[in-house]
Amino acid sequence: MGIRVDGVTKIFGAFKALDGVDLHVPAGELVALLGPSGSGKTSLLRIIAGLERPDHGTILFGGEDATARDVRERRVGFVFQHYALFRHMTVFENVAFGLRVRPRSRRPGQQDIRARVEQLLRLVQLDWLGDRLPSQLSGGQRQRVALARALAVEPEVLLLDEPFGSLDAKVRQELRRWLRRLHDEIHLTGVFVTHDQEEALEVADRVVVMNQGRIEQVGRPEEVFDRPATSFVMNFLGSVNIFHGRVESGKALLGPFSLDYPDHPHAESRPAAGYTRPHELDVSRSEDGDGLWARLSGLNVAGPVVKLELSAPAGPIQVEMARDRYDDLKPQLGETLYVRPRKVRIFLGSDREEGGL
Amino acid sequence: MKRVFTSHNVLPGFGLSMGFTMLYLSLIVLIPLAALIFRAMTHGFGAMWATVTEPRVIASFRLSFGASFLAACVNGVFGLTVAWALVRYRFPGRRLIDALVDLPFALPTAVAGIALTSVYAPNGWLGRPLEAIGMPVAFRPLGVIVALTFIGLPFVVRTLQPVIEDLDQEVEEAAASLGANRGQTFVRVILPSLLPAWLTGFTLSFARAIGEYGSVVFISGNLPLRTEIAPLLIMTKLEQYDYAGATAISVVMLLASFALLWIINALQWWSGRRAAARR
Repeated sequence: MGIRVDGVTKIFGAFKALDGVDLHVPAGELVALLGPSGSGKTSLLRIIAGLERPDHGTILFGGEDATARDVRERRVGFVFQHYALFRHMTVFENVAFGLRVRPRSRRPGQQDIRARVEQLLRLVQLDWLGDRLPSQLSGGQRQRVALARALAVEPEVLLLDEPFGSLDAKVRQELRRWLRRLHDEIHLTGVFVTHDQEEALEVADRVVVMNQGRIEQVGRPEEVFDRPATSFVMNFLGSVNIFHGRVESGKALLGPFSLDYPDHPHAESRPAAGYTRPHELDVSRSEDGDGLWARLSGLNVAGPVVKLELSAPAGPIQVEMARDRYDDLKPQLGETLYVRPRKVRIFLGSDREEGGL
Repeated sequence: MKRVFTSHNVLPGFGLSMGFTMLYLSLIVLIPLAALIFRAMTHGFGAMWATVTEPRVIASFRLSFGASFLAACVNGVFGLTVAWALVRYRFPGRRLIDALVDLPFALPTAVAGIALTSVYAPNGWLGRPLEAIGMPVAFRPLGVIVALTFIGLPFVVRTLQPVIEDLDQEVEEAAASLGANRGQTFVRVILPSLLPAWLTGFTLSFARAIGEYGSVVFISGNLPLRTEIAPLLIMTKLEQYDYAGATAISVVMLLASFALLWIINALQWWSGRRAAARR
């Protein structure tokens, strides 16, 4: 079931959590709401769930207005950040809860409940833990119980608030892939909130980048990563090097670089900044093309990519290079190297424009 | 020797604090209680038994324990309501009401007794209309229950308040998102979390009511066999220089108090274990 969010605004006291947000979640897709804390992503998720009412705007579920519908009637499965499991109930009872509280006419029999819960516990690979209390489980297991509990009521939409937020790195990796596989198996419409760009880019079909109560960009993971619509998106989806400068007469003058910038052919000069990711910079010992000299001040060789930090007159520059390239070059700390960006995205002022090299 | 009782601790002073605790408890609690039991023993078990099985004494025990139990039940219900309202809702005068809950703690019990009597007496503000509908309060067992309810309320409210504050609202939202209505959420999710603290509050209020004297003696009228509570009977016996009788009743009260304290501790241990298991 598709979800449509139309002009939703939510104000808490003097704080505008959401400012006229429009969003369409196509049926069967897994969408990530990505943004820093305070960007309104959790408020949006809670409004979609019906845990919060918007001050303006509407929520449509499969074309029907659901704005006034209570969370009980929305048929959403909600997985809370801290799981919110019922501590005094066993894993089995937690999962069965949604079935047991149904009105008598729609409540399945004991046998059916048992079968359904066991099936769900198998789905989340916890069928051997049914008798445990939530306190006896690890974080990752609790997360999966919360998911099974949400799925028990056969929701049409699954909503997850920071589903991997409080887990350690390794478990988080596993659960992420597992959630992706699960989604491919059961084809629910899903929305999850995260502040971790890697998580959003890896798991979601579509990423919604939010900032200060507004949506900055919506797109497939490779779209938002490769073609960020705004400097905020560029900045938020991984580390960047920023070169400040100006654009005028079809040229971008960014300190030592000058690039063609046909989008601004006017003679009048405007402030601009060039954004380059660390892996989009080439480092060599000889000057070639538009670049700058910088001194190598830091080096981290551990891992598949080597991270270099260089000091340039305008500030530090982060560079990532492949291990092979590093072995060829063997740069020494303190050495002065030539840095040349392969790709620069130029944003006017602090606003949205894009250019390439 | 220390190693046996304590794991390594950054703060020193186990020996000193343990010694002080034992000495202090002995002086204040254990020695007087031992003296009481020793005193009762000197009168012989037969005489003791004869005293505590007198109809008047039995009736006073029945009233003391029965009225205390009913008062604790009333407090259990309304204390939960008050605690819930104070924690969950923001209304004008909330702080004032929150402070008023402690009044039965702070007020000298005799003052409470006089106040309650003047209100519930047949010519008082509440006593007159209640008398008119055929439900007199003062100088009846009902009056005893009213007084014991008054002094027991803070125990239930104050034990429940922090627990209600600690309740995770997300859990209630989770129940709602799973389709539970308010009643189901309360009965299946909230009550089980409150139960240990609720039982503790109930038991504390019960224990306090059993020992209560000052606020009851005015409103009860102290009619033998009808509205005479056990602590009053102890006083009466003492005034008649019947030390053996007073001691015998005291020992029974002491044993009952011990039993109640044991239950409180068992409940606290149980809720503590559940709280520890949550982590």
